[in-house]
Amino acid sequence: MAGGAAASGMQGAPRWVGTVLLPLVNLLAALIVSGLVILAIGQDPIRAMGILVNGAFGYPEAIGYTLFYTTNFIFTGLAVAVAFHCGLFNIGGEGQATLGGLGVALVMLPLDFLPWWALLPLAILASMAFGAAWAAIPAYLQARRGSHIVITTIMFNFIAATVMVYLLVNVMIAPGQMSPETRRFAPDATLPLLSEVFAWMGVKVPRSPVNLSLVVALIACIGVWVLIWRTRWGYEIRTVGQNQQAAVYAGISPAKNIVLAMLISGALAGMMALNEIMGANERLLLNFSAGYGFVGIAVALMGRNHPAGIILASLLFGALYQGGADLAFEIPAISKEMVIVIQGLVILFAGALEYMFRPHLLALFRRRTAAAG
Amino acid sequence: MEDIRFFILLLDATLRVSVPLILCAMAGVFSERSGIVDISLEGKMLLGAFAAASIAWLTGSVWVGLLAGMGVGMAFSLLHGFACITHNGNQVVSGVAINILATGLTIVLGIAFFREGGRTPSLAADERFRPITLPFADALADVPVLGGIYSELISGHNILVYITFALVGLVWYVVYRTRFGLRLRAVGESPAAVDTAGISVARLRYQALMLNGALCGIAGAYLSTAQSAAFIKDMSAGKGFIALAALIFGKWKPVPAMLACLLFGFLEALAARMQGMLDPSQFAEGLGRELVKALPFFIEALPYILVVLLLAGFVGKAVAPKAIGIPYIKER
Amino acid sequence: MTHPATVTSTVGASGTMVSGAPPAIELVDINKHFGPVHANRDICMTVEPGSIHGVIGENGAGKSTLMSILYGFYQADSGEIRIGGQPVDIRTPLDAIAAGIGMVHQHFMLVDSFTVLENVMLGAEGGLLIRAGAERAREELRRLEHEYSLQVDPDAIVGELPVGVQQRVEILKALYRGADILILDEPTGVLTPQEADHLFRILAALKGQGKTVILITHKLREIMAITDHVTVMRRGAVVANVRTADTDREQLAELMVGRKVLLRVDKTPAKPGDVLLSVDKLSVVDASRVERVKGVSFAVRAGEIVGIAGVAGNGQPELLQALSGMVAPSGGAVHLLGHTVSRSAPRGPRELRALGLGHVPEDRLREGLIASFPAYESALLGYHDRADCNGVVLMDREAAVDACRRKMEQYDVRPPNPMLGSANFSGGNQQKIVLAREIEQDPKVLLVGQPTRGVDIGAIEFIHRRLVAMRDAGKAILLVSVELDEIMSLSDRILVMFDGHIVGEVEAGKADERLLGLMMAGIDPRGEKQGA
Repeated sequence: MAGGAAASGMQGAPRWVGTVLLPLVNLLAALIVSGLVILAIGQDPIRAMGILVNGAFGYPEAIGYTLFYTTNFIFTGLAVAVAFHCGLFNIGGEGQATLGGLGVALVMLPLDFLPWWALLPLAILASMAFGAAWAAIPAYLQARRGSHIVITTIMFNFIAATVMVYLLVNVMIAPGQMSPETRRFAPDATLPLLSEVFAWMGVKVPRSPVNLSLVVALIACIGVWVLIWRTRWGYEIRTVGQNQQAAVYAGISPAKNIVLAMLISGALAGMMALNEIMGANERLLLNFSAGYGFVGIAVALMGRNHPAGIILASLLFGALYQGGADLAFEIPAISKEMVIVIQGLVILFAGALEYMFRPHLLALFRRRTAAAG
Repeated sequence: MEDIRFFILLLDATLRVSVPLILCAMAGVFSERSGIVDISLEGKMLLGAFAAASIAWLTGSVWVGLLAGMGVGMAFSLLHGFACITHNGNQVVSGVAINILATGLTIVLGIAFFREGGRTPSLAADERFRPITLPFADALADVPVLGGIYSELISGHNILVYITFALVGLVWYVVYRTRFGLRLRAVGESPAAVDTAGISVARLRYQALMLNGALCGIAGAYLSTAQSAAFIKDMSAGKGFIALAALIFGKWKPVPAMLACLLFGFLEALAARMQGMLDPSQFAEGLGRELVKALPFFIEALPYILVVLLLAGFVGKAVAPKAIGIPYIKER
Repeated sequence: MTHPATVTSTVGASGTMVSGAPPAIELVDINKHFGPVHANRDICMTVEPGSIHGVIGENGAGKSTLMSILYGFYQADSGEIRIGGQPVDIRTPLDAIAAGIGMVHQHFMLVDSFTVLENVMLGAEGGLLIRAGAERAREELRRLEHEYSLQVDPDAIVGELPVGVQQRVEILKALYRGADILILDEPTGVLTPQEADHLFRILAALKGQGKTVILITHKLREIMAITDHVTVMRRGAVVANVRTADTDREQLAELMVGRKVLLRVDKTPAKPGDVLLSVDKLSVVDASRVERVKGVSFAVRAGEIVGIAGVAGNGQPELLQALSGMVAPSGGAVHLLGHTVSRSAPRGPRELRALGLGHVPEDRLREGLIASFPAYESALLGYHDRADCNGVVLMDREAAVDACRRKMEQYDVRPPNPMLGSANFSGGNQQKIVLAREIEQDPKVLLVGQPTRGVDIGAIEFIHRRLVAMRDAGKAILLVSVELDEIMSLSDRILVMFDGHIVGEVEAGKADERLLGLMMAGIDPRGEKQGA
């Protein structure tokens, strides 16, 4: 089972040290090492970072693009976080998002004569149902047969990719087309861009792919927060994740909650398809979920598995994606894959090397309080 | 005769496709039998491929490239060890981090150094591992059946292929017949037993990871300097995960894992050939045609499905090394 | 340094020898702290060569810590270890092995999937390749087996061997590495009586060959049966070093348990009513399918406290787990408030709570609280789906926090902050939170395990008074504790558990430490009923 749920373990230091300072220190370490890589390829790290930040937030269109990527990360980050709360490692976000896309397409293709606001509830349900279904088998196998969920979800990612290629090449392909995609959905059926929404309200905002699914994502954040911390189902999930013995003591079924948490997790990952398929791409295509599932792990880790932290971490990674694209444009020698390097380093420092800086921070704070007291 | 020839060619392709799988699976044997979960076989292989191709081009020697690949593999295995053994970090997260780092670093460095959109410069023929014709292969080529097997299937591979199969035997020998192998198997089952016998658990695991890294590096070098003539971005294409699947399917034992790799390689080669061979339009409309269209995809997904079935307990029992994934903390 | 009081003749304070050979082991003023806990205080112990030396004491006495220091797992804070008269520095197990010390742990350190030969060779393979060393190992094994009657098949898979044979493998491992001194930590805990007798014969053979054996145990019968000398430990210190022939069971029991100032609670005599909980030939197996509760029967009435005394590890945890529904019985039945729980009709903790059962678990951090939850959430554990703190969808957080605050005030939990993380309360306050939670649900039957472990004196008094108040209100209370004075001061009837059986029952008025100490070590002198 994954071990990285709640923050504590920073006895003697104020709570914000563990929840805010430590992730920032890990982030800083990742950025410093990234800077070293940039240096190694003969570029100026400071300049590169400057372009990155500007590319993410420096002009209105950039912010829109950043928010578009942020939406994806919110969904996959929430998915990983919910599973983490039950002590589980859901690596299958990509596959679950892919299946979510299938669900959305199955709603849109026959029904896109309807307007988007009629289709949205159906699309939400479909994406959740398909995403949850793709998580159901690994969930059941872990709960009832102890099959390691990390391996099964990785396998299901690959199976999903194969299924999607088959469907898009042979079954759902738009007639007369070469590339494996469905036909485009009717314009009124797809989610309005935020720039359009603002235009209705009389505000002029430059066009970018960020769309109404961002609102759905934020609502999902609230929903997850309420579920995990304010309902009895969330209480049970958290108890199983923190201490299975105590859960058994309380009469809480670990198996049942493992399955429940994974279904919710899969559903959240599936909703990523709303942004990509019903929002931006307006058709079902391959590989739209590529990378987002794994980075969702980084988002959950940095956000401490809390929706508020996940929103911030998603913004961070969205900014990295958008800024990285601009960086690759400005300095061709630094390709946009530099962002992937930074992501990997963040996961390394915030996840695998999580404990590395902890004792030093603790010592720092103990010395401070000792000196002050 | 046509069928036999087809079959021989299919097996020939199987061998070539299976080599990186087998090398990564052997790497996985060392790390997982020592108790360290390793899902970063993919990443290390990719990094090894990049290093091997770059250094081979820079130095003009494919063997130096091979050493570079092994070195890079070992470096990242050490990183994994540093996170998991020394800092008791989460082994799955560390593996994910390395995979993502590999994807990014190989392209960033590739574009920065070579400016060819992510690939390394093409290697000349003498900067690669070339096919070796075994003695008398040409002469025997026309002998029915056996001649074909000898000249097509067994002869004509590059040296890494032969080394790989020899390595399987070597890995088996190390794991089951040497002191190191005994201790390796022990530490994955019961680190406490190893500790009380006076052996350092950490040192043993680091040694296992070094071997793991070297083997992944060789797998990568094969991809970029034997099978192909350059490093191409994302060229590992999930092979590291298939190797992991094969390792589990082979119950963490070297020879069964090799057989599983051959099986999965066979499926991959078969699927590729089927795409070309079967023409769906020859079948009547309806279910038959749909099944034919679906068949190559099904075969492609089969390795993953088999692993899931295995883990679910439907195809025998897969019992991982008992202490796997649990950081060893000396607590009393 | 003053040596602890001894009862009869002392043997060999460091320096004075009887036979002329230096002592096999001398421990001089060994001290070990774990944070604030002083686990070993000024330990002085001398072990004669070629003898079997027993170390007896209750849990927490410090025996295992001391042996771990001897074997190199820990390092003492101060003091000296001498082997054969020479001071040695033992930092790792390798040093201990080099000094001729071998250890057979309570939980075996074996690789289940290996053969006996492979387990013995691990660490002493005799070369890079196994084949070379294996032949030599086989021969040596044959010699050892012959010399000490330790018959084992070298090619058998260890995981498939019975526990008694596995233990022989552990002994062989130590002898193979050249141990002259063998430490056995609670070796008979997992053995049948026959296997235990066989072990004693092996130990006698070892002694006959000049080996030195240290036997750590809490079982008096074993001490009296095979040891030559005994060291009694209590609360981290040595209270006696005696020759076994110069003492008897009663004396050792008293030393082990000690004359403590009892925390007597004022209570009126019990007025027991109906039987609310009865246990009928209950058997429970643990996770490894070893039977830990072996056909136990007793009853608890309304308005009485039944105490179960015993050294830890004699089946008490498994008993409580079965009674609380966490684990299904493997045999027999439990009758609770008119409902029956058995292997074929299991009931989970939630059902039993609904019937009116409360459970204060033995290990509050592992079972009773969630360390990272705020106190008010831990205060909901087991009752989180009750109507009084739940709406249709949302939990009524305010109600839960208020309820927690009220309980904290009533039970004097400090600080009375429901939002504080459960791990941040002291042991006593944590226990009060758990107790408040269970008591406030007004159960009819209350199971209580180790209620004052790690709890300060003030909280102990509070908790004891609460339990008596529950009893007076007509509840049936089953108290399981390794603290004898707690059992004696609270219980109306006392049952003693040893090796999964109830050794005997004593009325509270007729109980004294000597009798209970003997029973806890397996002997009921009143009927000379022997425990395993």
